[in-house]
Amino acid sequence: MSTPQSNTAQPLAFVSAQALRKRIHEAVNDTHLRTSFRGAMDFLMAKRAAQFPDASELSSLRDLSESIRQYSLSKLPELLEQLEANLTRNGVQVHWASDADEANTIMLGIARRHAAKSIVKGKSMVSEEIEFNHAMEAAGIEALESDMGEYIVQLAGEKPSHIIMPAIHQTKEQIARLFADKVPGVDYTDNVDALIQIGRRVLREKFEHADIGLSGVNFAVAETGTLCLVENEGNGRMCTTVPKVHMAITGIEKVVEKLEHVAPLYSILTRSATGQAISTYFNMISGPRKPDEKDGPEEVHLILLDNGRSQAYADEQLRKTLQCIRCGACMNHCPVYTRIGGHAYGTTYPGPIGKIVSPHMMGLEQTHLLPTVSSLCGACGEVCPVRIPIPELLIRLRGEAQSEPHADPALAGQGAGYSKPLSLLWRTWAGIYASPGNYRLFTWLASRFRALTPKQQSGWTAARTPLKPAPRRLRDMVRERH
Amino acid sequence: MSNPSNSLARAYPPRPAAVYFYATCLVDLFVPEAGMDAISLLEREGIRVIFPENQSCCGQPAFTTGFPQEARKVVVSQLELFPEELPIVVPSGSCAGMLRWHWENVVGDDPALRAKAAAIGARTYELAEFLLHVLGFQRHDEGEPVTVALHTSCSARREMGTHLVGRELLARLGNVTLAHHDHESECCGFGGTFSLKHPDISTAMVSDKVAALKATGAREVVTADCGCLLNITKRAEKEDLDAGRRQASLPGEHLATFLLRRTGGQVAQRS
Repeated sequence: MSTPQSNTAQPLAFVSAQALRKRIHEAVNDTHLRTSFRGAMDFLMAKRAAQFPDASELSSLRDLSESIRQYSLSKLPELLEQLEANLTRNGVQVHWASDADEANTIMLGIARRHAAKSIVKGKSMVSEEIEFNHAMEAAGIEALESDMGEYIVQLAGEKPSHIIMPAIHQTKEQIARLFADKVPGVDYTDNVDALIQIGRRVLREKFEHADIGLSGVNFAVAETGTLCLVENEGNGRMCTTVPKVHMAITGIEKVVEKLEHVAPLYSILTRSATGQAISTYFNMISGPRKPDEKDGPEEVHLILLDNGRSQAYADEQLRKTLQCIRCGACMNHCPVYTRIGGHAYGTTYPGPIGKIVSPHMMGLEQTHLLPTVSSLCGACGEVCPVRIPIPELLIRLRGEAQSEPHADPALAGQGAGYSKPLSLLWRTWAGIYASPGNYRLFTWLASRFRALTPKQQSGWTAARTPLKPAPRRLRDMVRERH
Repeated sequence: MSNPSNSLARAYPPRPAAVYFYATCLVDLFVPEAGMDAISLLEREGIRVIFPENQSCCGQPAFTTGFPQEARKVVVSQLELFPEELPIVVPSGSCAGMLRWHWENVVGDDPALRAKAAAIGARTYELAEFLLHVLGFQRHDEGEPVTVALHTSCSARREMGTHLVGRELLARLGNVTLAHHDHESECCGFGGTFSLKHPDISTAMVSDKVAALKATGAREVVTADCGCLLNITKRAEKEDLDAGRRQASLPGEHLATFLLRRTGGQVAQRS
């Protein structure tokens, strides 16, 4: 039986600004990557658009979804307590983890108590966020991805390049080659159905023998103590019902108060994400197997992870980041993501949403350049099903990154992108543009001595002819005419 | 007021006797002809155009780059430019959006400043929107039949809803055919300081935009935003230069210039 090779992808201790620039440079010059992402994103945009033929219905559903998420966040501490109480009453063991290490330690403890050798995983971005597979591997426990896309990236030793479609960067030929190389007894085939059958065969056996199943959570319902899981492949159902132990992990922001809050969010999630009216599977998990039940896990655990979320929560504006339901529509519609793909970002969550959540998870020391990787075109905010004002939050984070470092920063790494010359430049700019006299003098000089305009203008002239002031400013033309 | 999320629909005032013209820094220094042509268009419709001498910039460069204090300083310096209750017309969607949606927040907590900024925002109009909805622009097209492409800036589209307005104005010119380009609603990659800070991505975006525009076979690209205009045309110029072409493969002009020229107006002399 095959075991994926150890995940050799770099851990997330990542983003020096230089490394980010290097990855971006390589990505935009990779024609294969450019073509495949463009095609895939066009496909997903069209699928989503087909789900929302009625703009006013979409608008109402976005309003409703936004208000449900904002309402839930407004009561977050009490909803989390209520969730814990009801889950506990249902027989689910609830654990709190402040960061990735704590989460992994908790889950490793559970695994050790059961002398677990193998864990089979449903798709979970939070498990990616905490580098769960690395942690288990280091402890000698196999953690096998069972979502087809996740299985592919794990086999390839990569990370997901998209939060919904983790292997979107791989062509079927690449996957065929990967399977032939890595799965014993498999010959090369690029027949998609055959490839899926290969994965299915491997995974079926894993489900039967795994000691623990791991899953994420899309919505946690406080009033009933229910964990909702959205999926298409049935692997989530297998992970949460076949092994004797089920561990679910999620971010603390995923809680909603009532069951009725789930329906609109679920509806807008699948339509925004994959353009499906509804997903193939929707799992509602309310506890371990009861004495009279024939199947289901004997133990269910929920790990509630903070990992920077409470930092975002503490700030009224940045709290909107936590409204996210992880649909991925922002990346599908992002002209930057389309051109650099998911890996270039170097974060667990790529694309527009990644640029506003990662600074809380990783601190601005590592991520201070990330919010600048956007033309602020607003496509992300326009499609966000819960109306997160992503461009506004990017601007805010740009400001926080470049502010003068303080002794007691509210955001980890605040001021990490501070540059004295740049600050001085903008202060000078403001000094000129806020004073009519200075502005007139400056533009007069720029116009009069236009011949002296530099021919090399930083990034501009990399691809364009230089900008040159006009010989007469508009104000001169206006004055001369009247 | 904040960035719009629901509807951009707004009520339009009756035709005023006069307007303020807020040219924007880019037009003042780099594309003054576009500003002049916009003024001519308005004056030809019988509108007196007031050009506040002390205008400089809407503060957007500092605001979007993450220097809110510097943006605030510039915005506060601009709040006294429009003392009379007249519409403010801006020949740029992104700068108009800045006045309309962001000035109120940029100025900070002072209620008096906020009120002043909000009042300015409420009477700020993007030029094309003003021509269509307030003046009901309708002139005879005197030009030869021509096919053009239209690019709408992202801010104009998402903050001012002007992509439809531009199309409607062009549709009112009898001899103009509008060619739609691939991924028309996608950003051209300008993004202000983004084009300087991330040249790799910005170049990829603008190259795709130029290719899509050229692929339509349109004789020129028309846009109501000078940031996009400079980005697209300077990119196309560079491609021509690199390929040794003498003639511009994708000339471009501001919508104001195009409208004025097509309808028998005297466009400002090019430099």
